[in-house]
Amino acid sequence: MTDMPILSLMIVLPLLAAMLVLVLPGDEAGKARASRWTALATTLVLLGLGLTLWQGYVNDAPGFQFVERAALFGPWLEWHLGIDGIALMLILLSAFLMPLCVLAGWESVTRRVPEYLAAFLVMESLMIGTFAARDMLLFYLFFEAGLIPMFLIIGIWGGARRIYASYKFFLYTLLGSVLMLVGMLWMVNEVGSTDIGVLTAYDFDPRAQFWLFLAFFASFAVKMPMWPVHTWLPDAHVEAPTAGSVILAGVLLKLGGYGFVRFSLPMFPDASAQLIWLVFGLSMVAVVYASLVALVQADMKKLIAYSSVAHMAFVTAGLFALNEQGIEGSLVMMLSHGLVSGALFLCVGVIYDRLHTREIARYGGLADTMPRYALLLLFFTMASVGLPATSGFVAEFLVLIGLYQTSTWATFVMTTGIILGAAYMLWLYRRVAFGAAAGDDTRAMPDLSLRETVILLPVVAAVLWMGIYPASFQEPMKPAVAAIVERLDGVALATVPTDMTILQAAAPQTVPAGQAARHLVNIEAAH
Amino acid sequence: MHPNLASIVVAAPELVLTVGSLLLLMLGTFGGGAKDFGDRLTARGVTFAAVVIMGIAGWAVIDAPVGRAVAFNGLYVADGFSAFLKVLILGAAAASMVLALPWLEGAKTLRFEYPVLLTMAALGMCMMVSADDMLSLYIGLELQSLAAYVLAAFHRGEGRSAEAGLKYFVLGALASGILLYGVTLVYGFAGTTNFGGIALALSDGSKSLGLVFGLVFIVAGLAFKISAVPFHMWTPDVYEGAPTPVAAFFSAAPKAAALGLMVRVLVTAFAPAVFDWQQIVAFLSVASMILGAVAAIAQSNLKRLLAYSSIANIGFALVGLTAATPVGIEALLFYLAVYLAMTLGTFMVVMQLRTPDGRPVEAMADLAGLSRSQPRLALAMAIFMFSLAGIPPLLGFWPKLAVFQAVIAAGMVPLALIGFVTSVVAAYYYLRLVKIMYFDEDKVGLVSEGSRANGAMILGAALFCSPVGMLAMGPIAAATAAAAGALFGLG
Repeated sequence: MTDMPILSLMIVLPLLAAMLVLVLPGDEAGKARASRWTALATTLVLLGLGLTLWQGYVNDAPGFQFVERAALFGPWLEWHLGIDGIALMLILLSAFLMPLCVLAGWESVTRRVPEYLAAFLVMESLMIGTFAARDMLLFYLFFEAGLIPMFLIIGIWGGARRIYASYKFFLYTLLGSVLMLVGMLWMVNEVGSTDIGVLTAYDFDPRAQFWLFLAFFASFAVKMPMWPVHTWLPDAHVEAPTAGSVILAGVLLKLGGYGFVRFSLPMFPDASAQLIWLVFGLSMVAVVYASLVALVQADMKKLIAYSSVAHMAFVTAGLFALNEQGIEGSLVMMLSHGLVSGALFLCVGVIYDRLHTREIARYGGLADTMPRYALLLLFFTMASVGLPATSGFVAEFLVLIGLYQTSTWATFVMTTGIILGAAYMLWLYRRVAFGAAAGDDTRAMPDLSLRETVILLPVVAAVLWMGIYPASFQEPMKPAVAAIVERLDGVALATVPTDMTILQAAAPQTVPAGQAARHLVNIEAAH
Repeated sequence: MHPNLASIVVAAPELVLTVGSLLLLMLGTFGGGAKDFGDRLTARGVTFAAVVIMGIAGWAVIDAPVGRAVAFNGLYVADGFSAFLKVLILGAAAASMVLALPWLEGAKTLRFEYPVLLTMAALGMCMMVSADDMLSLYIGLELQSLAAYVLAAFHRGEGRSAEAGLKYFVLGALASGILLYGVTLVYGFAGTTNFGGIALALSDGSKSLGLVFGLVFIVAGLAFKISAVPFHMWTPDVYEGAPTPVAAFFSAAPKAAALGLMVRVLVTAFAPAVFDWQQIVAFLSVASMILGAVAAIAQSNLKRLLAYSSIANIGFALVGLTAATPVGIEALLFYLAVYLAMTLGTFMVVMQLRTPDGRPVEAMADLAGLSRSQPRLALAMAIFMFSLAGIPPLLGFWPKLAVFQAVIAAGMVPLALIGFVTSVVAAYYYLRLVKIMYFDEDKVGLVSEGSRANGAMILGAALFCSPVGMLAMGPIAAATAAAAGALFGLG
């Protein structure tokens, strides 16, 4: 532990860099070059700071670390930061993806480069702020503010239908969030504090919990996105520039899951347990529906976007399994999906930069013409499918173990998602990498450049690490997950079909006590 | 000291404004030089003098002893509430004078009457927020309104402006008549026009039907002045027709004054009838929020858009009044302070812009590609738009939060829900301006034309509305708490 306010530094530094980038002197080209290097340096420094956090983080200590408090900003909110293992991991994910995003647009973005990079730097600051905030309104501030740079990124540097997509993205998420805000204000009123710690410890009336849960659900479900409010995601992904998609899929979608973990589960345990049928139902529909829709996509980015919806359904189902394996699996799934789908979008970006189309039919035979690219794409395809030794496997396995204890039926349906996932991803790979090239321009595409290899290799390393030795990522999260499960211990669970025998009317059961099922995690860790 | 003399000391700000505006009138009338050039010189001089007079009046407000002071046999009251609003009003009025100079000069209508009329309007507004009696209320309101009618028709050679002035006058006179009718009813049934007296008459529980009618008429008349739905019809037309600086003025100071007046009447005079007026205000608030949000979507003229935006914003501010608690009034005052900065800032950016052939900008489509041609103004405008839309971390989010917090505390969750949903609808059209500025291609190549003072004011307003302004929330909250406390007799 150090006395340096690392978290504040990580929030303020990118903002300063963004301002610097905007006022750099020189002509158009000089400005662009200088701002690229400035942005890259800043994001690397942030990655360094993130690693310092990880290194200084005490794994087995409960509660929050690196806490900072300052009574800024008047009566409504307080500058109150702190991280637990979950926040730490997500901050690391953001810091890890950001330099890759800057590199991804190194050559392909030529218009308004300083503004572009400034938007990304602001975005990074806001994402880190969201994960680090310990004050509910401060959280909301960062959570919402992220819409502005993303709106601009999609709207200015996006594709043909960028304006429609940017509006849809903005208004959809805003509508969800204001409902949450009403809930937040009610809670602040009831408890008299905006401190997340205080609010988590408060026992809300179960009837109030029901409405509060739905208010928060409106926001997080849109952000996640869950079926049926997922429709903004494919549009936003398709129109966003590559780096925008990476951030969207890699980090912004995780805000929804993070919200569930930080607010819904520990603050409204009764409502969470009573409404698992809702979450399971939506997740089951999502995983099957999104997978089927992904199968028929002609646009690569759209396909990956729908695969994100399916993967996020695993996250929600795992979280609402309400036991340690499920929640931990969901968190690993969030990290894994952040890496893998981010990498997949980067892969699409690589060939999009060459051919300027995302249409699957325009590619083919890349295994012959771009062998190195095809190899990396294969790796990420497999990681997305959940091949053992990749991070995806650990995540799916844990989620399913957790889910099985709560609802066998849900597990059964979710498992089909894995099969369908393999189907659409492998078919995508087959159409892009195998067969004959669709045209001479496809055949003439050069293989990965050094820059592109440098972007993708760190992700490969991270995915393998998470797949082979997940404990390094799970250990810091364990105390936080245990704290959440403790809040859930013993609450009455909604009646869901838990057994494959339908005849027996299921009696109300309670969430399995955390202690009882804990050994299963260790079995998994040995995997 | 003679009671009248003591009263004059209490009413020092108004005294300064009265004497000052008359002096300015003399100065303008007799100080004119040779034709055109002299006119402009005089107008500049008078404007400068008017700003100084506002400054002196503002100093008199701030320097006044803390606490409640009644003057002129209960017609006039100076307390923390009126002081807070007077500072806002004088600041907004002074800004409206300064921002108009380059614009009026460009339109070749820079005349000394403009600052003089504004000073008189400021006097009327200060009277309004200090009124403690129906009669002084009416005098202040009419003084402000008469000046405003003339201002709306300031471009007298232009049909549009004359039409705006006339329309404003006819509808305004009607509203004044309704208000006056309400006052007579209240006087007839309560036997007094004094706010404290009315409250006393109401407090014995013998709330007569006549008094309720009087209340409704008074609220209707005041709702016209703040352009709350369904008394808003004049607003878009007047904003569109009046010269842009006048529209900027209309959207700022008079709104603060009329809203302040409404708050004082309802919270002090009609305090015992709170459950009667709470419903009316809730309706006005919801209707204004919804109409302001929905009707603005179809607009293509910037000034009409801002008119609807001001209607919606008044709706949000009224949410604070609906709560009818000190916290609600604090939130309302906070909302007003931030709203003034946002709306004046937006108007200043609009006025700063010219098409290459020197025409002022009025259509929204004219702003296309502003982020390329005028990146700094576009950034300021984007800050104002996101702030008006209430997106954190911009300052415009916090007053919204404050008013909704207040109604939720008062147990009116549905109102907050409606308000937030309409704020999402409203976000659509604010975003549309950002889209036009940032996403669309530059066709016109707008030029920026304006004084250095305007540039500085835009910068100040933009900084205030940006996240930096959040640092000012603490002091503002302290000031609004003192003001609301004074109104509820807590201070």
